[in-house]
Amino acid sequence: MSTFWIVLTGALVASACSIVGCFLVLRKMAMIGDAISHAVLPGIVIAFLIGGSRDSLLMLLGAAAIGLLAVFLIQWFHQSGVPSDASIGVVFTALFAAGVVLVSMYTRDIDLDLDCVLYGEIAYVPWNMLQIAGVDIGPKAVWGVGLALLLSVVLIAAFYKQFKICSFDPAMAAAVGIPVALFHYLLMGLVSVSTVASFESVGAILVVGMLVVPPATAYLLTEKLGRMIVYSVLIGCASSVIGYFAASMLDASIAGSMISIAGGIFLIALLFSPSHGVVLRKIKQKQMVRQASIAE
Amino acid sequence: MSTALYIWLDPNVQWILFGSMLLGLSSGVIGSFAYLRKQSLMGDALSHAALPGVCIAFMLSGSKSIGLFLLGAAVAGVIATFGIGFITRNSRVKQDAALAIVLTVFFGIGIVLLTRIQHSGNGNQSGLDKFLFGQAASMMLSDVMIMAAISLVLVTVCSLLFKEFKLLSFDPGFARGIGYPVAFMDQLIMFLIVVAVVVGIQAVGVVLMSALLITPAVSARYWTEKLGMMVVLAGLFGALSGLIGTFISASGNNLPTGPLTVLVATAVFALSVAAAPRRGVISKLLLRASVRTQVRREQAEVSGERRNRAV
Amino acid sequence: MHKSPLSIHGLSVAYQKKPVLRDITFEVPEGNLIGIVGPNGAGKSTLIKAALGLIPRLHGEVTIYGKPYAKQRKLVGYVPQRESVDWDFPTNALDVVMMGRYGHLGWIKRPGSAEKKLAMECLAKVGMADYAGRQISQLSGGQQQRIFLARALAQDATLYVMDEPFVGVDAATEKAIITLLNELKTQGKTVLVVHHDLATVKEYFDWVMLLNVRLVAFGPTEPTFTAQKLQETYGGRLTMLDRESPSALIVNGRSSDVDGSIHLA
Repeated sequence: MSTFWIVLTGALVASACSIVGCFLVLRKMAMIGDAISHAVLPGIVIAFLIGGSRDSLLMLLGAAAIGLLAVFLIQWFHQSGVPSDASIGVVFTALFAAGVVLVSMYTRDIDLDLDCVLYGEIAYVPWNMLQIAGVDIGPKAVWGVGLALLLSVVLIAAFYKQFKICSFDPAMAAAVGIPVALFHYLLMGLVSVSTVASFESVGAILVVGMLVVPPATAYLLTEKLGRMIVYSVLIGCASSVIGYFAASMLDASIAGSMISIAGGIFLIALLFSPSHGVVLRKIKQKQMVRQASIAE
Repeated sequence: MSTALYIWLDPNVQWILFGSMLLGLSSGVIGSFAYLRKQSLMGDALSHAALPGVCIAFMLSGSKSIGLFLLGAAVAGVIATFGIGFITRNSRVKQDAALAIVLTVFFGIGIVLLTRIQHSGNGNQSGLDKFLFGQAASMMLSDVMIMAAISLVLVTVCSLLFKEFKLLSFDPGFARGIGYPVAFMDQLIMFLIVVAVVVGIQAVGVVLMSALLITPAVSARYWTEKLGMMVVLAGLFGALSGLIGTFISASGNNLPTGPLTVLVATAVFALSVAAAPRRGVISKLLLRASVRTQVRREQAEVSGERRNRAV
Repeated sequence: MHKSPLSIHGLSVAYQKKPVLRDITFEVPEGNLIGIVGPNGAGKSTLIKAALGLIPRLHGEVTIYGKPYAKQRKLVGYVPQRESVDWDFPTNALDVVMMGRYGHLGWIKRPGSAEKKLAMECLAKVGMADYAGRQISQLSGGQQQRIFLARALAQDATLYVMDEPFVGVDAATEKAIITLLNELKTQGKTVLVVHHDLATVKEYFDWVMLLNVRLVAFGPTEPTFTAQKLQETYGGRLTMLDRESPSALIVNGRSSDVDGSIHLA
């Protein structure tokens, strides 16, 4: 039974992250996912200090708020002339450093395991059940991530056209009257929420993996946004299922295995994708040379 | 109060101080070029990518040698840079996504290896954890000597090849036209970043290493329009952050040096954004205000003249 | 017997899966101003880059004054398209021009007072001597193009290759550039220009190349730049103005193509 919960959590994390991740990849904001996942650390710490326990809704909200603050700061610096990659770097490292300092100042006596925040431990998920009226209705992680996934699906489905235009041509979107900034922050909010909800299971670093690797793989396999989202969810789920079983065989980190498998699938797509694969393109080029010399 | 001064006589603190300053210096220098080439986040990617290298070094050698760990990290870093380059050159995936992919997949593989090591009962692996989170407090003289040597080499290379790196960063198309081996030089700069990262990981840890590559360089950009001055300032800001960070850490309640160094660097950045002449926010506001007053004055004069003529 | 500044035989280049240049063969005559024109996607920039070894080619030979490019770099001055550069880079106009001497300086050696003097002279030739210390982000489009030109002059080459140098510059700058190019011509140098404006081809260039993936025509402007050849190059996107003299054409097509009228008579 616990296997089921673990795999389900993995699949939910992969799905939630893959969907928002597609837009990040298309908007060349892949590293913002990395930034948010590091930047939320002080938010978690502060919420933990205020709330007193590790798994409260308050922590989720506090961390998500800091995630949005990070995005706001990145935007602000970028607009005042700092190149976007440098803005991302300055903001998230500062916030993460602040988080580490807070951890050592205030929580040395209390148990806030830094390792766990970064790596997560999905194997513990089944032991943390949510109870309503004394009945186990599933692990908290499943509910948390499941809600994040639901939120992402609902919002993106509702505003699909807007998200699509804002990703492709923000200038045109603004000219047509779409509030580009609103959708930007909405997307970032979804990233923050998905990130924080997934922390406990797969940890900060590996959330970034699920945000980027399956969407990038899907990007190499199709020319349509809708299909790209579907493919990346499928690839993400496949990675988490295969990853889980690989981890049990190797007796190693489950989250790490999931990402490694995702990476392997990406590599296969990179080389052998029918439309963009490296190997296939080299074969086509050789064919063209042959045709060109025949034509002479 | 007097104990605060005595701390500086402690050789441990001295070593941490020198180590942090050297680290800040070399990161600032190579970070300037990374910044100009829009590769600021390369340091972040490379420091995460180092993990599997370190694990494999441990698994192959069975010992906790820092030198071997550094070698493993460097090899992993170089493979990572090739991977990033391969992905960007050969597919439609852009550089930011390529960085994130390599960062997380390498790190994921590293975590798998790390947990394998942990579960295989080899108790010595605790050295690995410290290595990744940075343990400036345990810096020894030998570590500082290695850092000094590597920093010296890095700064020397950047100084000798300054005009080549400048042209490469400014206009790679023209550089290729003149005959520069652009691909090789790209790899060289990335290799220097790997070197800086590998040296710095021990002191400040994986995440914070990238801060030292980015923040001092960005701060320096605000103060000058000359590349040479920018590189020098970046190195100085980096070293200064190391100095002040160590100072606060040593005289405080055992707060970790790495994060404090990063926070100091960020404070310098905030100061630069606000107060730098010409590019800083305050200067820009003052300039705009004075231009506005001038325009108002001119318009008043013109309308005054018109009135006089009409009379 | 002078070897041709640029001799190309059977050049083919493909981009991903699309062929961009097919079997290009020509020899550039020395001491001329040569324009390369064609619709978008015709491969004009690609031709330049492939000839200079900046992008890989599928097929074909390229020689510069009889030898492969790699051996002749010092003889070629390349002026790339302007957008390829980050204009917020911390450097000033003089510094950019001095970069033109880096090829001659070799590795490690720093530019000295001799290089500075030469760079100032080149800046003066393009009328930008007063802007030597100006940060490049503060320059207008036309001024930036002049800086690039000054950098090419600093290279002291005999074959100049320019990629759309007249794009986005004001009329005064355009006049200044073409005057300078003619001066180069009187010095016996050869200038190859990828050009975007059909209306000025007859006025500016001695020879013209019409390119659309294949080489449609190459020769002295007068006999080569004809309505018929242009029709061949631009596909069905030419309209004859029947009411005017029969040699006037309107070239139109996709928005990114040339849009305007030219007189051939």
